[in-house]
Amino acid sequence: MPDLDTFRQETRAWLEANCPAEMREPVRDEGDIYWGGRRATFKNDAQKVWFEACLAKGYTVPAWPKEYGGAGLGPAEAKVLRQEMNRINARPPLSSFGIWMLGPALLHFGTEEQKKHFLGEIARGEIRWCQGYSEPGSGSDLVSLQTFGEDQGDHWVVNGQKVWTSYADRADWIFCLVRTDKENKYQGITFMLFDMESEGCSTKPIKLISGNSPFCETFMDNVKVPKSYGDGLPAQVGEVGRGWDVAKYLLGHEREMISGADGGNTGTIGAAMKRHAGELDPVLRAELAMFDVDALAYGAMGEKFLDEIKVGKGHPAQPNMMKYAGTELNKRRHELMMSAGGSRSLEWESEETGGGKPSRNWLRTKANSIEGGTSEVMLNVISKRILDLPGS
Amino acid sequence: MPLYHNDDQAMLADSARQFMAEEGKIAKQLRHWRDRDCPDGFGHALWEQFGEMGFTGILVREEDGGLGMGHVEAGIVLEEIGRNLSPSPFLTSSVLAATALGHGSNDLRGRYLPGLIEGKSVFAVAIDEGAKHRPERIKMRAEKSGNGFKLSGQKDFVIHGASSDMIVVAARTSGGDDDEDGITLFAVPKDAANMSHDSVRLVDSSMATHTKFNGVELDGDAVIGEVDGGREVLNAMLKAGRVGAAAEGVGVASGAMDMTVEYLKQRKQFGKLIGEFQSLQHRASHLYSEVEIARASVIKAQQLLDGDSEKADLMASVAKAKVSQTAGLAVREGVQMHGGIGMTDEYDIGLYMKRDRALSEFLGDAYYHSGRVAEMSGY
Repeated sequence: MPDLDTFRQETRAWLEANCPAEMREPVRDEGDIYWGGRRATFKNDAQKVWFEACLAKGYTVPAWPKEYGGAGLGPAEAKVLRQEMNRINARPPLSSFGIWMLGPALLHFGTEEQKKHFLGEIARGEIRWCQGYSEPGSGSDLVSLQTFGEDQGDHWVVNGQKVWTSYADRADWIFCLVRTDKENKYQGITFMLFDMESEGCSTKPIKLISGNSPFCETFMDNVKVPKSYGDGLPAQVGEVGRGWDVAKYLLGHEREMISGADGGNTGTIGAAMKRHAGELDPVLRAELAMFDVDALAYGAMGEKFLDEIKVGKGHPAQPNMMKYAGTELNKRRHELMMSAGGSRSLEWESEETGGGKPSRNWLRTKANSIEGGTSEVMLNVISKRILDLPGS
Repeated sequence: MPLYHNDDQAMLADSARQFMAEEGKIAKQLRHWRDRDCPDGFGHALWEQFGEMGFTGILVREEDGGLGMGHVEAGIVLEEIGRNLSPSPFLTSSVLAATALGHGSNDLRGRYLPGLIEGKSVFAVAIDEGAKHRPERIKMRAEKSGNGFKLSGQKDFVIHGASSDMIVVAARTSGGDDDEDGITLFAVPKDAANMSHDSVRLVDSSMATHTKFNGVELDGDAVIGEVDGGREVLNAMLKAGRVGAAAEGVGVASGAMDMTVEYLKQRKQFGKLIGEFQSLQHRASHLYSEVEIARASVIKAQQLLDGDSEKADLMASVAKAKVSQTAGLAVREGVQMHGGIGMTDEYDIGLYMKRDRALSEFLGDAYYHSGRVAEMSGY
């Protein structure tokens, strides 16, 4: 494919010219990730230069159409760009739930005006979004959610509580599942978009076992949400009452993202643990070896999964399998890394451990098999949709 | 190359699946020959049909009369063999021995390959000395004698040894037992003097031999590849055989899983189909996940091997280890979820358990290959 080769060479040259050296270092802390939004600041000039170069080229969202702020790259070109960025360890210029979650939902369900307006804001990093799905009483059984939007003619009045809203305290807008019909379980939910600065909307960070607070509780107390933000700009994505379809689509996408996050990165650990520890207990070595076998096999699965998605092969419920296997594997990876690291990896604040990275990361992985659908829910879905087992 | 079958490979998979489900099915082959105490452990008629289908020469170069295809294609046939537990000398003859002969002289290829392609000849490989696969250590000696060599020692668990027209034997022509160099491969014809087989039937009804070489004299033209330089050919043969065994293992795992999932949809207890119980659903779904991952590791290894990649050796061990673990899980869950009838000889699930055990051991089990992965990764 000569065209792809040309594209690769051009991309390589463009990256060489535009990606500052500092942006080719591994991400060390939260400040190294640029999330955009009203309150965003750049950590340093390099981060700004890199973001602006990508923005001008459409590379904050390379696979989105040009009219919505992307570069309009096809799957093959997008893969080349990803490979070339990985090759020089280039950091993503912009990270956001707008790119990963809301964007795909709008591309699939949005009106033309919604796409132009909201996708453009996301691509330019102007608005930082958060996701309002789970509630205190609705976790795995998400469809039982109770946050209610009362119809007041030209607006809704929303009351309720969301939980596990990632970075809600730093977000500008929320895409939120709100019940608008109490009689209709599945077809009574609306996928609403509103400003977090609306009166009555507040957030409170949740401190996790890792000591970090990436999630919040979000409270809606008589929040007034207009039904329209202008011509062709309804406040909801999809039809009123059909938000569950959007949510299901996005959950599939989220599982794909979580499961594909390591796509191609097989994440073996044995060799690194040996270098780190000097000597490995023979039984631990054996466990590491069996882990590495599973990691390399899962790496092949990730590659196969992505190859099949591109041509529409593979079972539509396969992301559930990937999510299940990938997250369980990651938990096992961190258990083994803790064991190989010994007491050093127990240090909670020391400089040597980067402020307790090993233990905090280990604890963080425990959420992998809970967020975005628990392992048990994934297994339920596989039983029902792939194995076609009865009564599931 | 994307990690799925291209159109030609998908067509081959369809025809292999149909053929094996009919001609290679358990009642017609495995049980048929087992119940007759067949001394070969497989049927020669099926082997000839493999020849008619073109399977036998799948890895043999076109100029030698084969199909000149790769390990993905050989794996397609092997997966169907595994799914139907079809006893055949395909893995030892058309994968292992064919790979070795690919490194052999014109004379050797002309002597042995036509019979293989026709499905008339059966080949075996004699590598192991002892109950565990350990090809790093080869004790058996081949000493220079006149224009040729004289082989002395014993090989163990030679699959199809007594049924074979030729055995590829790995022997030491120089150096110590654990040396990398000094290995030579020989094509030993079945009528070689001073070679004797002690046959044993294995748990899966296949036949193996302990083969004694009491000064077996061979001409120099029986050497495959270079004298003292056989390790390279041996490694090529092992890589191909391990990836092939992994492909067959995926078939065994899939066959056992499909049969078990079907059973969950039929068997009733407590007034319900047992497949309605979440404890069994989750176990079946976990198994599905493992089988999918194992299959991915196999096609990855096959493609690396076909592309002559230096990563193929690592991935061959990954695939063999992963498949051994997964097929083991599939057959254990299979028997348990079948309950009492899973323990009966009449029901097929137990046959999957037996075959998995033998296949996992062949060319190195999950422990051996996990250890290899660690070594190749530098720890």
